[in-house]
Amino acid sequence: MPDGRPELTLGPVLFNWRADDWADFYARIADEADLDRVVLGEVVCSKRLPFYAQRVAAAVERLQRGGKAVALASLALVTSPRERGLAADLAAMEETEIEVNDLTLLGLLPAGRGFSVGPLVNVYNEATLAFLAERGARRVCLPPELPLASVAALATAAEGLSLTLEVWSFGRVPLALSGRCYHARIHGLSKDSCQFVCAEDPDGLAVETLDGEGFLAVNGVQTLSYSCATTLGRSDDLRGAGLTAFRLSPQLCDMVAVTRLYRDRLAGALGAGEALARLQALQGIAPLSDGFLAGGVGAARVSGPGPL
Amino acid sequence: MFRSDREGRRAAGAGDGKPGIPTVPPRAAELLALLPRPALRWALQRLVAGVGRRHPDLFERLGEHASATFLIDPTDLPVAVRLWPRPEGPQVEIVGRPVLRSAWHARIAGPLAALLGMIHGRLDGDALFFSRDLAIEGDTEAVLALRNALDDAELDLPDEAAACLGPLSPLVARPAGLVVPLAERMTGVALSRAGRPPL
Amino acid sequence: MTGARARGAGQRPGPELICPAGTPAALRTAVAAGADAVYCGFNDETNARNFPGLNFSRDEMARAVRHARERGVRLLLAVNTFPRAGAFELWTRAVDDAARLGVDAVILADLGLLNYAAHRHPDLRLHLSVQAAAANADAIRFYAETFGVKRVVLPRVLSVEEIAAINDAVACETEVFVFGGLCVMAEGRCSLSSYATGRSPNMNGVCSPASHVAYREEGEELVARLGDFTIDRVPRGAPAPYPTLCKGAFAAGGYRGHVFEDPASLDAATLIPQLADAGVAALKIEGRQRSRAYIEAVVGSFRRAIDAHAAGRPLPAGDLRRLSEGQSATTGAYRKTWR
Repeated sequence: MPDGRPELTLGPVLFNWRADDWADFYARIADEADLDRVVLGEVVCSKRLPFYAQRVAAAVERLQRGGKAVALASLALVTSPRERGLAADLAAMEETEIEVNDLTLLGLLPAGRGFSVGPLVNVYNEATLAFLAERGARRVCLPPELPLASVAALATAAEGLSLTLEVWSFGRVPLALSGRCYHARIHGLSKDSCQFVCAEDPDGLAVETLDGEGFLAVNGVQTLSYSCATTLGRSDDLRGAGLTAFRLSPQLCDMVAVTRLYRDRLAGALGAGEALARLQALQGIAPLSDGFLAGGVGAARVSGPGPL
Repeated sequence: MFRSDREGRRAAGAGDGKPGIPTVPPRAAELLALLPRPALRWALQRLVAGVGRRHPDLFERLGEHASATFLIDPTDLPVAVRLWPRPEGPQVEIVGRPVLRSAWHARIAGPLAALLGMIHGRLDGDALFFSRDLAIEGDTEAVLALRNALDDAELDLPDEAAACLGPLSPLVARPAGLVVPLAERMTGVALSRAGRPPL
Repeated sequence: MTGARARGAGQRPGPELICPAGTPAALRTAVAAGADAVYCGFNDETNARNFPGLNFSRDEMARAVRHARERGVRLLLAVNTFPRAGAFELWTRAVDDAARLGVDAVILADLGLLNYAAHRHPDLRLHLSVQAAAANADAIRFYAETFGVKRVVLPRVLSVEEIAAINDAVACETEVFVFGGLCVMAEGRCSLSSYATGRSPNMNGVCSPASHVAYREEGEELVARLGDFTIDRVPRGAPAPYPTLCKGAFAAGGYRGHVFEDPASLDAATLIPQLADAGVAALKIEGRQRSRAYIEAVVGSFRRAIDAHAAGRPLPAGDLRRLSEGQSATTGAYRKTWR
């Protein structure tokens, strides 16, 4: 953070995008998006990785040429021998920053090796933060479930530990992981012969209540919120609490435009109400929510459009 | 008073296939309606006050929910019971049907046999709920608190009733010790606590 | 079987039977019904069954430890929620009190709390909660080496084959769930409940809490709601769905129904031989929120089954279905076809 401006991180694509779309996305991000840091790699399903594994190196190189720091994300739920192998391979990559999404990696990383921690690791309190810092964590993206009071307390603790804290600032919220693949189940298939039906829903498959109300979104073994979380309405509170880094999670909408909105809001060039209204107006975006930060129902929209 | 045959279950509106909770036959329920309510309330009030005195831990478990108004609603009887647990002295009231929704915070309803089976630790509240033999309405937290508090108290209503009689209780205990198991066998209803030693 | 048996383990052969108790009466029932160990929680948000009228005061816990010990049964204390920032002391006090009261082990999930317990109470036996979701040998080894964890409760995402492979690879004991409410999600990594209600297992020790449940009759249907969301609709007279979020009926794509999991409970009684062969040290029953009647029936049934298997007899037929959610049972992830 050389010029003291807030950092924006682009989290990994959580959905199953076709390899060409995946590569095109990162090419555009590398060239056009004003981001400080990009995390990429497969977090949700190890079966998806072979489709774009060959494209990762080129994407990393292009992102770095575009002035972005790059980190590789680990898988969130590691069970099979093949997945353990992938985790070990990742831990052995000495040149690259690793973002840990499952504590499997903590047992595999060499002592003294720095790493960052993704939003799917349970960091709820100062003691856990201190333990992770002692193990080599340099940066932690907090779980999206945390209320502002916890975020503020952890931000204070992070200063003393020379850790950078990040908050989940944009995107459908990752809510749960399972051993079962819901995309396969919905299509009457088994996980082992899933035919990669999740690729049909590059933004997640909406799950509605029987009253027809959008509720959740399915992404293979992962369940996300139907709503798109945003911190645009609370960025002053977060900055006031000492937060310096904000994470945007890729959705199908124009992520370059999303990045620009967050930059403008964080720089004070845009009011909260106006920023929220513009975000909601973007093509193909789900209804916005920010209830978790307020300490209540995650699905709730607390900050309204218009002046706050 | 009870019958556990298929007719009784059908009268309760339960499916034909499942082993049902016995219900009070309408004829017996009508007889109950003829009893003078003040006398019924007096007996019940003594019983509840005695339970409160002998099991003060109940109120610890109920916590804030002790001040709620519960409707204990035996669906096969013509009357229901309003209960205020209150640590300073529990109160009951017999109410006829229909009961106004404004008269209670939390309602727990089912055949008398289901309610007795639960109080006596013979039937599981969740299982009764899953099978639709038990319905809860209103303040579900209060219902849970009451259910958990009663389950921990290990109540035995014949014991509690006998204790209410004070010095007379030994006179009643022996005949009750013979009658209760017999009545349980005849009706299939848990009239005493699970694992209760013979009186 | 991999690893040493817990201290004070009884003489019974076969895996240990670990039983829930939400009240002192339930604990006495579990002990009498044949539990090898009973697990409980304090009556606050430090445990993942933080329900009204449930759990133990410090005094009740002291008496429970004594009652269990006199009968050769071990007592485990679950401190398995994730401490809130700024309130860590509530959780450390629970661990300190557990050590002071002489419980046989504490069941923990949070990294910070594990670190505290390992340093402050080096003699206190640590079990890793299912909430920590340690799903492979590397993760388990990390907890065992870093904190001296002696036993790991495995997340319910693994097949019997995967469990056997884990036991071949680690020295740490493993414990698996065999009966009761079933999480389809990796436990400890699920925020579905707080998304709908603001209260979650990780932070508050509750999932789909009763305080946010409402039932409404709509014509011929019963509608079950959780917070502002309709979780299920059933015809009047059908089994009542408790609106546990992941067991609800929804619409996704062209599919209408139980998107995540049917309202069913886990019953792996028939898999006791396979689980024993897979090297698990202990079989666990879920249900601290359930009644004495449930404890007596389920614990008794599993005691007979484990004893029969250990004696080389066929498993007795038991039917615990009436105690199950939706009155139906599944073996969950233990069979690969579930996925």
